[in-house]
Amino acid sequence: MSPFTEARMHLAVELTVAGRHPAAARWAKLAPSAAFDPAHHAALARTAARRGLDMVLLPHTFHADGPLLDAVSLAARIAPVVPGIGLVPTATVTHTEPFHISKAIATLDIVSSGRAGWEPAVSRTQAEADLFGRKPAAPPDVLWREAADAVEVVVRLWDSWEDDAVIRDAATGRYIDRDKLHYIDFEGEFFSVKGPSITPRPPQGHPLVVLRADEDEALPVAARWADVVRISAPDLTAAADARQRIRQAVAAAGRDPDDVTVLLDVEVHLAADRDRARRDLAELDRLARTELPPSSVRVLGAPTDLADLIGAAVRTFAADGVTLIPLVLPADLGVVADQVVPLLAGRGLLRTGSAGGSLRARFGLPRPANHFAGATS
Amino acid sequence: MSAPKKQIHLGAHFPGVNNTTVWSDPRAGSQTDFSSFVHFAQNAERGLMDFVFLAEGLRLREHRGRIHDLDVVGRPDSFTVLSALAAVTSRIGLAATINTTFNEPYELAVQFASLDHLSGGRAAWNMVTTSDAFTGENFRRGGFLPREQRYERAAEAAAVTRALWDSNGEEVEHHGRHFDVRGRFPLAPLPQGHPVLIQAGDSAEGRDFAAATADAIFTIHGTLEAGRAFYSDVKSRLPQHGRGDSDLKILPGVTFVLGDTDEEAREEAARIRRQQVSPQTAIAFLEQIWGRELSDYDPDGPLPDVEPDVDNVSITRGRVRHVRDPRAVAQEWRDYAEAHGGLSIREVVIDKTARQSFIGTPRTVAVQMDEYVQRDACDGFILVPHLTPGGLDRFVDEVVPELQDLGSYRTEYTGPTLRDHLGLRHPHAPLNRKESA
Repeated sequence: MSPFTEARMHLAVELTVAGRHPAAARWAKLAPSAAFDPAHHAALARTAARRGLDMVLLPHTFHADGPLLDAVSLAARIAPVVPGIGLVPTATVTHTEPFHISKAIATLDIVSSGRAGWEPAVSRTQAEADLFGRKPAAPPDVLWREAADAVEVVVRLWDSWEDDAVIRDAATGRYIDRDKLHYIDFEGEFFSVKGPSITPRPPQGHPLVVLRADEDEALPVAARWADVVRISAPDLTAAADARQRIRQAVAAAGRDPDDVTVLLDVEVHLAADRDRARRDLAELDRLARTELPPSSVRVLGAPTDLADLIGAAVRTFAADGVTLIPLVLPADLGVVADQVVPLLAGRGLLRTGSAGGSLRARFGLPRPANHFAGATS
Repeated sequence: MSAPKKQIHLGAHFPGVNNTTVWSDPRAGSQTDFSSFVHFAQNAERGLMDFVFLAEGLRLREHRGRIHDLDVVGRPDSFTVLSALAAVTSRIGLAATINTTFNEPYELAVQFASLDHLSGGRAAWNMVTTSDAFTGENFRRGGFLPREQRYERAAEAAAVTRALWDSNGEEVEHHGRHFDVRGRFPLAPLPQGHPVLIQAGDSAEGRDFAAATADAIFTIHGTLEAGRAFYSDVKSRLPQHGRGDSDLKILPGVTFVLGDTDEEAREEAARIRRQQVSPQTAIAFLEQIWGRELSDYDPDGPLPDVEPDVDNVSITRGRVRHVRDPRAVAQEWRDYAEAHGGLSIREVVIDKTARQSFIGTPRTVAVQMDEYVQRDACDGFILVPHLTPGGLDRFVDEVVPELQDLGSYRTEYTGPTLRDHLGLRHPHAPLNRKESA
């Protein structure tokens, strides 16, 4: 009998070099070179994959204090050596060409055999704008209108090759059927893009699109394009409200809310018990000379505390799963993999064993129809 | 004791999206599956080559207003596929062709630094700059660059990215004609200091840019004499930039055809040429020169009597055009056909667009390649095989041992980085006194 059991709850983890806490590297005595060592990042992803987590999220910003390595490249470096887990890098859309993002994520899908996702994000600051020198910083409504166009272009470019465009027809001398390649002819408020992509349609058709919907301006973008929506909330009641709002927006955008998975961010630091975990955090804050305010629900405690919180989140419809944000890596991830996941599985909350297949399949999503199929170029 | 022999450097060009790459052969595999890239790169590494090389074009080629459908089409993103290859190779360099017209220097600095870190110092940048409005339609920058500003933009992009890589966390501020960049570059210094910079182009401007800035030139292969002239011209430009002979490697792109005998190799070469120039491809080439539709002509019949339409220069878009008078080319082709006993359209195209550089037994090819290097026509080659993914396999199995036997090729990698393989200084190392003499 296969150990695989179906359950709707999803588990993701956000991977940075040393965890969310700014003093984590010093506290865990992590070598400074770890930030740029691919083996360190691959080991983290391998730990997550070992117990069947759905995906690792690899953040990136152009901020000088943000994660440093290009996240798409990092995901690609991990893909061939860590099987069995989704790889979801952030690629910001404010200053980067959507044409480049589209082929980069499509290529991540190729090198990972259909395990790629993409978290689009916006760059808010003037400091980031100054790195590019092409336009000033913009307010959230402008940033997210532009992001909506960028996501549309990226997805349309994925579809700009039909799956069976390569024909290798010796009789007519044709390598491709050009009627199955499509100009996207996108023209929007901020830019226009002709197409088609230079990269064929990725294995999943559309790699998983993951979007944050913490601010009102981002909600329409998530409602239209997201397969997974990330939220942060101070408690489960607020999360349940946010999830409800997202499902309504998805329905209003003409999509089935059950096709969209809402994941709640949960900051986590695990120890033998709550007291010990709190003492650890106090020590971390002291090292950082600042208190790290919670960005969302935070669990400081034993593995059972985290399992209880996750169970409550799913039971109360506060979320369809969680994105764990370890305060300290690799320690907290190790405890999640070795202790929390078996607890969740034992309570019937989490499927166990390998789901195999594509990242979309893990989220119960079919391979999408091609927007252009049937049209002629 | 005799002086050590000049060593040959080899790059491995992943088969491109043009008619050099034969897709109709039963051995031709996927052009875009990751397994093809892994096979190709691991074989190049088995052959102790310096780097694998990915070309790039940011818009699909068009012919007569429609997407060109006769050649291989489709390429993955270079940064992404090379980062993945870094995981399944350990020594070989990883070269990406990246355009400075449709990318911003800060982002490129992050991407190349990431590739260099993720590969332990194996990144290379083949820097190209296009003036192409056709390609610009895919980018928010749009528009295009006046032709004469291409090298100015490339030089500025190189200067800004290098300032960022060298900044040690200090703020960089640059204001130039093409870029305004201000901010801090937070990544650690690159294992190689800077990625290896390759420049493709043979013009006088290109030579100057390369002599001042590049670590290698990807150039056109020609006769031994032409190679020697180019080599001495480019190397003579180095001292004025404070650089020595070994600071810039000259690497022409070459094809090769191998056989058990030289005669067998020549027959195989002719067979490959017929694969590369299908009847339809022959007509497409003809239309490119003639600037008009010629689909009614028989590829096995004579060249058209009609004259080229010299005003219709944009019949093919998205590929490098050779700026020559089409009427002169047409006349040259007619003369050639007649002089060879009345060749057909396809036969003329096969002969006149030939790109095969080295043909023969593994020993013949090794000896010829070695002569080019030892006689200072180049420092090595970028090999362009005609089959994906196995086009290098026989070269690695049979030519590499011959090159080693000649004493002109490494028998093991001596260092971890691409700069080590190419014998290039770390960018901040002082100039070797002997070289600068």
